[in-house]
Amino acid sequence: MFSHVINAGNGAAVVVEDIRKAYGDLNAVDGVSLSVSEGEFFGILGPNGAGKTTTLEIIEGLREPDSGTVRLLGESPWPRNSALLPRIGVQLQASSFFEKLTAREQLETFASLYGVGAARAAEMLDLVGLADKADTREDKLSGGQRQRLSIACALVHDPDVLFLDEPTAALDPQARRNLWDVLRAIQERGKTILYTTHYLDEAEILCDRVAIMDRGRILAMDRPAALVRGLDAPTQVRLERGSFPRPDAEALPGADQVSEDEQSLTISTRRPADVLSALADRGALDGLQVRTATLEDVFLDLTGREYRA
Amino acid sequence: MTAFRSLALAMLKGFYRDRATLFFTFVFPLMFLVVFGLLFRDAGAEKITVGAVGEGPVITALRETGVLELERHDSMDEAVRLVRDGDLPAAIEQRGEALTFRFAASDQTQAGTIRGIVDGVVNQLNLADTNQAPRYTVDTSNVEDSSLKPIQYITPGVMSWGVAVTSVFGAALTLVNWRKKQVLRRIRLAPVRATTVLTSRVVVTIGVAMVQALIFLGIGALPVFGLQLVGTWVLAVPVFLLGVLAFFAIGMLVGALCRTEEAASGAANIVVLPMAFLSGTFFPIDQSPAWMQAVSNVFPLRHMNDGIMDFLVRGRDASALLVPCLVLTAFVVVVGAISAKVFQWEDS
Repeated sequence: MFSHVINAGNGAAVVVEDIRKAYGDLNAVDGVSLSVSEGEFFGILGPNGAGKTTTLEIIEGLREPDSGTVRLLGESPWPRNSALLPRIGVQLQASSFFEKLTAREQLETFASLYGVGAARAAEMLDLVGLADKADTREDKLSGGQRQRLSIACALVHDPDVLFLDEPTAALDPQARRNLWDVLRAIQERGKTILYTTHYLDEAEILCDRVAIMDRGRILAMDRPAALVRGLDAPTQVRLERGSFPRPDAEALPGADQVSEDEQSLTISTRRPADVLSALADRGALDGLQVRTATLEDVFLDLTGREYRA
Repeated sequence: MTAFRSLALAMLKGFYRDRATLFFTFVFPLMFLVVFGLLFRDAGAEKITVGAVGEGPVITALRETGVLELERHDSMDEAVRLVRDGDLPAAIEQRGEALTFRFAASDQTQAGTIRGIVDGVVNQLNLADTNQAPRYTVDTSNVEDSSLKPIQYITPGVMSWGVAVTSVFGAALTLVNWRKKQVLRRIRLAPVRATTVLTSRVVVTIGVAMVQALIFLGIGALPVFGLQLVGTWVLAVPVFLLGVLAFFAIGMLVGALCRTEEAASGAANIVVLPMAFLSGTFFPIDQSPAWMQAVSNVFPLRHMNDGIMDFLVRGRDASALLVPCLVLTAFVVVVGAISAKVFQWEDS
């Protein structure tokens, strides 16, 4: 009734208003609202059990929320909306593949479910860098290759919105970085990407905007840089212990606080440029490390507890 | 390629690329066919060996009956010793017009049979000697098709059983595996109807069953086994197809109820194995006790088996289609409806 009014032409791919989902006593999703613009790379972050996957599944139309509304490309995804399905691509948390089929055959089979020809399969293999693995069976691929294949399968029908649930979980650092390149390439094609992760550092690098979730609620939602800046946390300048006398450090311009442990001497400052230039003047830059606040600090600030994925 | 065709193709590839599945689909039932076929090849045609001493019209006539195998011995003493030792059931000696017949009473049935044959031959020769036409004549012939051999029973039985196992396992394991690996969920996120997924699986099941049937019938028809199809064998096709569908429905039910492949294959075995033993798969059902014949009437395998045998072996006419087709259709409808009711796209 009001849907076309709410969403008409404002470029929102996803609009979620106050959705809730309870399993028994557990409020898996407890009043989540968010909106994602077309072409945006949006991350839902949080530790395991935060309600990220359930939120994603409600938006995809795999689950019915107890209350609240979801508009996906202007339509309701629940109950199963066949008109919407060709416009969304979903990579599931488990790698859902057909048994005993090669990478190419998996893609061709999924393509045919959308009435898409086999030519797209080759294109997708190229996109995710699996062209040389086309004839390898899915169970013979490495974890990273399987994830990339699974993303290719989600993309094979050229959807407008792509949902990725923990695509980088359980991957080694090299495979994660390979996947980042793939994700960036997909975004460059103008796709809207919604993805969940429990790697905050990764979300900071990839996402246009993030929502930090914990215990079924969104605690904060903004651009990663804005969230970190909003913390107004001091910069930490770390020196090797013994390389610089502590009283001198305390006397540096801009140094707010100085602490020491077995390995290092740490200077907290809100004027890092002053501290660093003073240290440079004294020739004390060897082995120096500068650490600014990250999303993990944002999480700590929001929840009062250390972030544990 | 349409979704229907590519799903069917994906299932088919998953099937023929799995060696264990291929083994249990084709080789395993064939082993039963070959073993039973060879074991029972000469059953019923086996001749009784009897010791024979001397020569004369009676000995010649006995040999010509084709029922007895005569084992030559030089003296009656030697032959009788063999009878006493249990090596021969009986011995006969002809010296001119005098006949001596000695038998072991330890096996009454066999002794009676041999004695009946010997008496019959002697009486016939005596009658012929009087030059009188016999007053009573008997028209004798067996009631089954003239080609009847044990392979005619074994092939339909093993074929029904093999097809039943494959249909149940194929349906159940695809369903469980696809649900567990979230392939079903992934398919549900594509604009594909549930009926497309279902019918592609049905078509693959029927296709595999037909290949099985062709192989089993082909092996049975080898000269060494000698299977022959009688005139009405074409009527067995509808029974066969309905049987496949009935077991497919059972497989869907098993797959809907089980969460893991292990549980599904255990459950499928629990359903199919007792049916195989009680439905006349490995031996003719009419040789089993009456209660077993009654119990087996509730099994679709019994009706599939009976229906196929009626046309493949007994050469019955189309009226024999009614009972097996009705029973099997009822199974398809009822079990299919229950499985549709309990079916879930994903583990809750």
